[in-house]
Amino acid sequence: MAMEIAQEKYSASVYTVELGAGPETGGTRANVIRVGGESTLPFLFQEGDMPNAPVVGLEVFDCEPPDLPDGLKEAYGDSLKDPIKWAKRCVEEFGVKLLCVRLISPHSDFGSRPVNEAIVFLKACLKEVKVPLVILGTGEQELDNELLAKASQAAKNERSLLGIASQNNYKTLAASCLADGHSIIATSPVDVNIAKQINILISDMGLDPKRIVMDPTTASLGYGMEYVYSIMERARLAAFSGDKMLAMPFILFVGQEVWRVKEAKDSGALGIKWEIATATAMLNSGADILIMRHPVAAKAVMKFIDVLMKR
Amino acid sequence: MIIIGELINGMYKDVAKAIANREEDVIQRLAADQAAEGANFLDVNTGPYSKSPKEDMKWLVESIQKKVDIPLALDSTKLDVIEEGLKLVKRRAIINSTNADDDKMDKVFMLAKKYNAQAIGLTMDKSGVPNNKDKRLELAAKILAKSIDYGLKAEDIYLDPIVLPVNVAQTQGAEVLESIREFRLLSDPMPNTVIGLSNVSQGTNLRSLVNRTFLVMAIANGLTAAIMDPLDKELVDASITAELILNKHIYCDSFLNAYRKR
Repeated sequence: MAMEIAQEKYSASVYTVELGAGPETGGTRANVIRVGGESTLPFLFQEGDMPNAPVVGLEVFDCEPPDLPDGLKEAYGDSLKDPIKWAKRCVEEFGVKLLCVRLISPHSDFGSRPVNEAIVFLKACLKEVKVPLVILGTGEQELDNELLAKASQAAKNERSLLGIASQNNYKTLAASCLADGHSIIATSPVDVNIAKQINILISDMGLDPKRIVMDPTTASLGYGMEYVYSIMERARLAAFSGDKMLAMPFILFVGQEVWRVKEAKDSGALGIKWEIATATAMLNSGADILIMRHPVAAKAVMKFIDVLMKR
Repeated sequence: MIIIGELINGMYKDVAKAIANREEDVIQRLAADQAAEGANFLDVNTGPYSKSPKEDMKWLVESIQKKVDIPLALDSTKLDVIEEGLKLVKRRAIINSTNADDDKMDKVFMLAKKYNAQAIGLTMDKSGVPNNKDKRLELAAKILAKSIDYGLKAEDIYLDPIVLPVNVAQTQGAEVLESIREFRLLSDPMPNTVIGLSNVSQGTNLRSLVNRTFLVMAIANGLTAAIMDPLDKELVDASITAELILNKHIYCDSFLNAYRKR
């Protein structure tokens, strides 16, 4: 007798978030990316739909970070000195459809340059690179409140993804996103309860839940990745059973986490493998956007996504 | 928790008056308020004073549906009155109700099948309301078996153990709670369970507290639906919190607000 395969069917789905606005909607992006929309756990096409493939973005910084591991220095070479060239290579040479721009130069660790210089860079980037952008600040709250508000205005109507909002600091960024038509990244420290809370706080400010992407915090292979995995799974299952405040797509900063662990710092070759392994595990726990650092790893993961998305 | 809003019922004088005078805005306000406060269904009952209940049911259903998009629980002892509503509903309705008598169940389940409706099954029969859980369980099993004969699914049946006022039937509270727990074991998938909550506090002078306490206890025993007053905010808050403690929703600091955003 043929065995009947047990399948789960869910009643609700993840919100679809749109990144990038083309000329028809007031922006200048050449492509629009849709993420989320799943009504099944990853790649279980018999159980539900996964209308949008996960997307990989590479990261560029507005100045060369001083502590970049050798593996990444070798990959980008001279272009690290010229962030616009770096950004263009990511798109033109390495083929990513999404670019993550980190504005770090105003931070005291990276030269305390005037905020306006970072904004000039961002504007140039928007002109030279036509894919949708993820725009991140320095990570320092007070500085980011000024920097990201200006970045938001500079990228007005481009429907970028701005980050990062936390439970203690979300109002300024949410207001900017609301005013300038962007979406927001809401972070939580590997904690599903806080993830839900910040989504509520932001949506209470009037930002459509379809403009929130969750950053559940990323951990590298060997450094707590499984905790992130289980939190993501728990949030997703809640979303599928109708919890709208956990039904946002996930963004994972894989590159940031992997390239600071010992294995990646010691060996570029191992770092690439480490980044691929972490990214693919995150795909299987429901990642919608992967922000990566090494172009070889990004390329391998994009290829892997193509294979997984074949129904 | 499935909240079935109880306020559109002709036994309330203002509703009876609104029905008699065709005051659409009164009914629509009750419908909109209940929907806004989290009702998943609205109970619709023309009440004991209705002289032409079929026409009244038709008018009520039409008036409500003009204002809100929410499924209805059509509540009457007369099946032709319920059928009048079933003909008009835009969303999948609940028939409120059948008892465990064969002739009544045949008619109700036939209607449910015909109109793709769900149904509430009261665990009582010609001999009245049972005074213990075993008899309630026996009648629940009978209702469920009959509904399956008509091709209905267990989850489309809401078994109602019949709540009695605590001031006149104090021994029945625990029997009802245990019944709810055991009804769930009757089939897999489980049937729904429902209570007419406000009945428990009839005649008491702390109605809201009695309702709230009983609802939480019933939820702890596995209750999935209640006919109740969704405008009693503390009652709804208590039900959300009870389900939170049972791990039905993921905690966050604004969990009440989060639930209401569902």
